[in-house]
Amino acid sequence: MLTTAAAELGRLIAAGETSSVEVTRAHLDQIAATDQRVHAFLHVDTDGALAAAAAIDARIAAGEKLGPLAGVPIAVKDVVTTKGLPTTAGSKILEGWRPPYDATIVERLRNSGLVILGKTNMDEFAMGSSTEYSAYGPTHNPWDLNRIPGGSGGGSSAALAAYQAPLAIGTDTGGSIRQPGAVTGTVGAKPTYGGTSRYGLIAFSSSLDTPGPCARNVEDAALLHAVIAGHDPRDSTSIPAPVPDVVAAARLGASGDLSGVRVGLVKEFSGEGGEPGVMAAYRDAVDALTKLGAEIVEVSCPHFEYALPAYYLIAPSECSSNLARFDGVRFGLRVGDDGRNSLEEVMSATREAGFGPEVKRRIMLGTYALSSGYYDAYYGQAQKVRTLITRDFVAAFEKADVLVSPTTPFVAFPIGSRTSDPYQMYLADLFTIPSNLYGGPAISVPCGLSEGLPVGLQIMGPTMADDRMYRVAAALETVIAPLTPPKL
Amino acid sequence: MAAISRAEVAHLARLSRLAVTDDELDMFAGQLDVILNSIARIGEVTAADIPPTSHSVPLTNVLREDVIVPCLTRAEALAGAPDVAEDRFRVPRILDEEI
Repeated sequence: MLTTAAAELGRLIAAGETSSVEVTRAHLDQIAATDQRVHAFLHVDTDGALAAAAAIDARIAAGEKLGPLAGVPIAVKDVVTTKGLPTTAGSKILEGWRPPYDATIVERLRNSGLVILGKTNMDEFAMGSSTEYSAYGPTHNPWDLNRIPGGSGGGSSAALAAYQAPLAIGTDTGGSIRQPGAVTGTVGAKPTYGGTSRYGLIAFSSSLDTPGPCARNVEDAALLHAVIAGHDPRDSTSIPAPVPDVVAAARLGASGDLSGVRVGLVKEFSGEGGEPGVMAAYRDAVDALTKLGAEIVEVSCPHFEYALPAYYLIAPSECSSNLARFDGVRFGLRVGDDGRNSLEEVMSATREAGFGPEVKRRIMLGTYALSSGYYDAYYGQAQKVRTLITRDFVAAFEKADVLVSPTTPFVAFPIGSRTSDPYQMYLADLFTIPSNLYGGPAISVPCGLSEGLPVGLQIMGPTMADDRMYRVAAALETVIAPLTPPKL
Repeated sequence: MAAISRAEVAHLARLSRLAVTDDELDMFAGQLDVILNSIARIGEVTAADIPPTSHSVPLTNVLREDVIVPCLTRAEALAGAPDVAEDRFRVPRILDEEI
């Protein structure tokens, strides 16, 4: 049952061939058996999950027709608020905090009958590419427990690869859904920015943060996408337009025919930049797309090489502002309040004690980039480069329906091997960042192995054409041998 | 040449309300210098006449109907606070003078 697709679990539960309680209990047992070694979860809600599952079973027994994922368990990244369930964003500053409300996407999960198993580990406030910056210790990649599961959403992707959950929620600011998906051999999709609501996401970089689905296959990801996407009046950047039919697109792609689809190879991402084994798997995937009938075209995006610097100015700038709310007044930790220290001293002591090193680095970097005297050269320039990157995408999508690249330049690296050099860590997001700056959708789908470790292909689409990437990803899935992690 | 000095990092830490230690200052000064040197090449791009993009969604002035909707109760809003007094968030003193 643990290896069964979410779509199939939903069918079996609806048909009464199994129950949500049975499926939920199986996954809770797997978490209990494996999470000592994987550490994908920060909090497991055993009682809540079983109660929610029993309620779904009762509704099905009463003859209610629920959605295709009703009764299926799901893991939720700990940066997403869940009413009454601990939500820390991987930070000590929020240890013990229980949000008084659900994020919109969590509300939609519950309304569609999904069963929340618990909250998954992540780099603190979603800043990182390895989950090593979690204040609660790293998550281990089920493919090799000495290696990172990617980040920031390493917990969600590791939970899938460890068969602890058939579905998970991630958030993607610079690659935090796609890069963990790639290095764990799972599927991760970043929807169009504004296509999924940010209400209830603990904000890192508001103009980039995008919640999205994580799964072990493309159809499951599409089904979850359909549950969480759509306009939300509580998010002022939510797009008031119909959600593309991603489920139909995934099913169309599963027919294995891509004739008439133009796939663009980004010239700037096709040469160097990736490990040889990653680039070889990427080229094999492109060959596979050709055999499926796709037309391959080369496109040039000359400003993509500046995406990483632009991102590391824009995201820290927004983070330095967003994280000002953690001041020891309304929620979370308070340190140094001895009756003599001033408010400012208490705030500074609280933030010093509550934030980890990567968060501090980014807050200071953002504060620097926004300082008068540096603003034009850094933040202002980065916003202009963002315009040029968007123009590169728009021009490329005149020649191609989707663009492809490796998802990340390297396979899962050993835990501890990049933490001393923050910039080396930043390079993990080299290929994923452009879509965040532009706002378009992008998915990572497994495309092979390098040195026995998973490699992902990234498929990028134009804004509000999320269906295209699902079609191409599902087609590729029909010809790539399934990547099965070693038994834990 | 260093892009950023230790003294500048100390100033940034103060602005950021982070009571960093001396050891952290040494570490952050070196790391921020590497990061700033790596991203400085953004200045190579000729972009003087290019309009900035703050956001990828072309929406402005998103408003809602002016109607009252349910919100958190006082107890819910205060539930996660580190210190509460008289149904309010209690904060440390904000003035230097003795009151």
